[in-house]
Order: sequence, then C-alpha cells, then structure tokens
Amino acid sequence: MMRSRVAFAGAVHDATPHVLPDGTHGVRLADGRVRAEHEVVWLPPFDVGTIIALGLNYADHARELAFDAQQEPLVFLKGPGTVLGHRGVTRRPADVSFMHYECELAVIIGRTARRVSRKDALAHVAGYCIANDYAIRDYLENWYRPNLRVKNRDGATVLGPWFVDAADIPDPAALELRTTVNGTLTQRGNTRDLIFNVPRLIEYLSGFMTLRAGDVILTGTPEGVVNVMPGDEVVCAIDGLGRLVNTIADDATFGR
Amino acid sequence: MAFGHNCSGLQLGFAPYRLTGTVYGTLLNHSAAWDAVEGAMHAAPYKGPPKAPVLYVKPRNTLALSGDAVTVPDDVPELEVGASLGIIIGEPACRLTHADAMSHVAGYLLVNDISQPHPDYYRPAIRYKARDGFCPIGSASSSDAIPNPDQLQLRVLIDGQPAGGGSLQQMRRSVCRLLVDVTEFMTLSRGDILTLGAVAPAPRARAGQTVRITCEGLTDLLTPFVRAAP
Repeated sequence: MMRSRVAFAGAVHDATPHVLPDGTHGVRLADGRVRAEHEVVWLPPFDVGTIIALGLNYADHARELAFDAQQEPLVFLKGPGTVLGHRGVTRRPADVSFMHYECELAVIIGRTARRVSRKDALAHVAGYCIANDYAIRDYLENWYRPNLRVKNRDGATVLGPWFVDAADIPDPAALELRTTVNGTLTQRGNTRDLIFNVPRLIEYLSGFMTLRAGDVILTGTPEGVVNVMPGDEVVCAIDGLGRLVNTIADDATFGR
Repeated sequence: MAFGHNCSGLQLGFAPYRLTGTVYGTLLNHSAAWDAVEGAMHAAPYKGPPKAPVLYVKPRNTLALSGDAVTVPDDVPELEVGASLGIIIGEPACRLTHADAMSHVAGYLLVNDISQPHPDYYRPAIRYKARDGFCPIGSASSSDAIPNPDQLQLRVLIDGQPAGGGSLQQMRRSVCRLLVDVTEFMTLSRGDILTLGAVAPAPRARAGQTVRITCEGLTDLLTPFVRAAP
C-alpha cells in the first residue's frame, strides 16, 4: 500500500494514489475527495524520528569523490528542520558553486530495533520512501565531515511522495534509482550496489543505538551527482516508490 | 510525548515552551578543547581549523533525565563527561543578529553530553556519541533567572570529588555569537536545545561511579554510570 499526508482546504489528510479520469496521477483523500497532484501540499509521508544518513555507501559514488571504501559505515545524523515534502522548494544560496541532489532509498523503521542481527533486520522495517538528500559542497570542512552546514540545511532533505509498505517491496536490494534534472537523466544506480545493504545497516546501527518506529535511514547515493541551479526541477525516482519532485529556488524566493 | 530509551518519566512538555527532543551539540567551543587540538588542525585530515561551528546531533535515543543510569559499553573502560550549558530556544531562530539573538532564548539547562573517547574529529562520531542514554539533561531555568549565561561556572564531581569544570567565559563563541553563527545556516525551532560546548578537559568516569554536574542557578544533573546487565 502507498500512502502519504497532504494539506488541503484547511486540514491535513491521509492520501492514497488515484488515477484521474484524464489518466494523470492524483490523490484520493481519506474522506473520498479526489484531487490532482498539484492541488494539494505534500507533507513528509510519516512522522519522522531520528534521521540517519549514509555517506559513500555506493562504490561508484565513493570513487567519484575519490574515496576508498571504508571499513565502517560513514553515518551522520540530521535534524527535523531539514525535512521537506514532495513538490517542495529548496534554496540554493547565491554564493555557492556546487550544490547537488542525492537520490537515496529511505528505510523507515516500524518496530523497535536493539542489537538486531542482519538476518532479522528486515522484520523491523515498516516501509520505504524516496529521499533527496541535498549537499552544498562549498561548505565542506574536515570536522565531523560531512558537517551540518553541508547536510543539515533547512528544507534540503526531501522525503516522499509515498510511504510504501515493506510488504510491497520484497527485495530492497534490487531497486533502480534514477534522477533527472529538467528531464535529462543525470544519475542512475541500483540498490544491489550498496556497500552496506539495508540488513547490515540495521545490524550496525542497532548495535549501539535503539532504533524506534519513525526513525529513517537514508542509505546513500550512487554516482551521478551534478550541480543544480535555481529553477531546476529535480526528480528522483526509485522502482516501486514513485517519483519525488523538488525545485531549486534562489535567495530572492526566500526573501534574502 | 515521552523521549529517551530508559526513562519513562521524561516528559518534555511544559509552559511556556515544549522541548522538541532535538539536541544539537557543539564541538571545540571551550578554549581548552580547542587548544588541545590546535597543533593538529593544519595537518591531514583536517587541513585547517574549523570555520563554522562544528555541530552534531544527539538523537532521541540518547535523551535521559537526571538520575537515569548510563550504561558504559563492555569494551570501553571509561566515558567522557561533556559538561555543557544547554540553550533552550524560545522562538523560531533563523538568521539571528547580535542584537536579537538573546531574545530567542527561553532558558537554560545542564547537559551531560557523554561520549565514548574517540581518536579524532574527522568523521561524524555517531557510534561514540549517539548511544542510548548518552545525553542526560537537567531541569530548565528561565532565561530571566540567568541574565549572564557566559559568566557561569560549571563543576563536575565524580563520586563527590571535584573532577573538572570550567568557566563559560572561556568559550570561543559566546551564547549570543553561537546562536548567530548557527542560525546563519540552519533554523532552530522553539524547544530545540543547542549546547554551548563541553568544558575541557572532559573528565572521564567508569562504571560504578556517579557524575554530578553543577552550576549556580541551574538544577544539578546526576548521572550514575553502570555496566550493562549481563
């Protein structure tokens, strides 16, 4: 099952996919109303707990950034102020030269996980969604890198559009990821190439921290990150999870 | 809403604000912490001193209350006690200025920002800083009661004996300056906590010992260190 949360006409609604009479994709609200995708405001599709993100978790992307594969997952955490829904707008500061998207499989925990082995790990997953985990490389510093100024920016962690039940994704290790910028394919990868796959990540993380329902693991991005500019439409798609749309905006849009 | 893994009593909601459970830690703000690393700052892997504040997240599984025991991992002899002032945000804080930053502070509390000692600060230290219970927080005092937070003195007692502490006058960024520099790149919400940074050198404690952090005007923060149950 796919579901999301949208704001419409003064309230927040649970919503499910619905094909409109003209064949385009819309949403059906829990109360039965049907609307086009652009008529509602898309919110993150679940209550987001701790946001755990992976760096350099695809061998090709690690090579792209000239890093050797690491012995231990490169993990960092993000705060709730970074979260943004489908069809949102993300700011690119005027003074930067390299801001890039990162299309990632997001794994949503559904059941408390503490010292879980990899063979039991997937039983703790509630579902999946797409994440677009933006970075601004101009701000990289080698202190707790990637530092928060690079990765913890307001509205730069896009989640959605749908929360997809784990039961609908029988093999999270065989999903293709694709990113387009203004319709041009720029990034393509497959979760089979994860260095640390989903069960191993849950085993590693739950070995020292208790994971709870709503915690989300952004599993890292494959090669193909390119600079994006104000006005660009960035679409991240993953097999079975839909397509997550985001638009880059300039400082003026944010009153700066 | 209750937070924390082992503290059923941790309720974060009370007037006039509600703690969100989001805690950002600040690294190397105390001069003694900076000085201890300064000699290595220009060499690899750092290749230069930090410019922006170096922050990290203490996630919700780390939150605990005064009196809650913290488990020392079996393979670690001691943990670092990061005694810090926690700044409670009272108003949405984005691009604050030196003129308005302090009016966005609701209050203060003590934070025991616990870490497993780690060899360097190059990569995020999640495994060392985000273990369950590694962020005990004390009770809040209103900012009205703490007019000069940068003048405070923190003290750390281990089993009742003085073990460390320091003056917040020794911070490289004051409360005001830290708020300005952090909110330049990220917005803090009402009820978030930003630590001013641990006083250095951070004392270490082992299982069986009890850590007390004190500061005039703030409620003591007590943390017993224990071994994992077999």
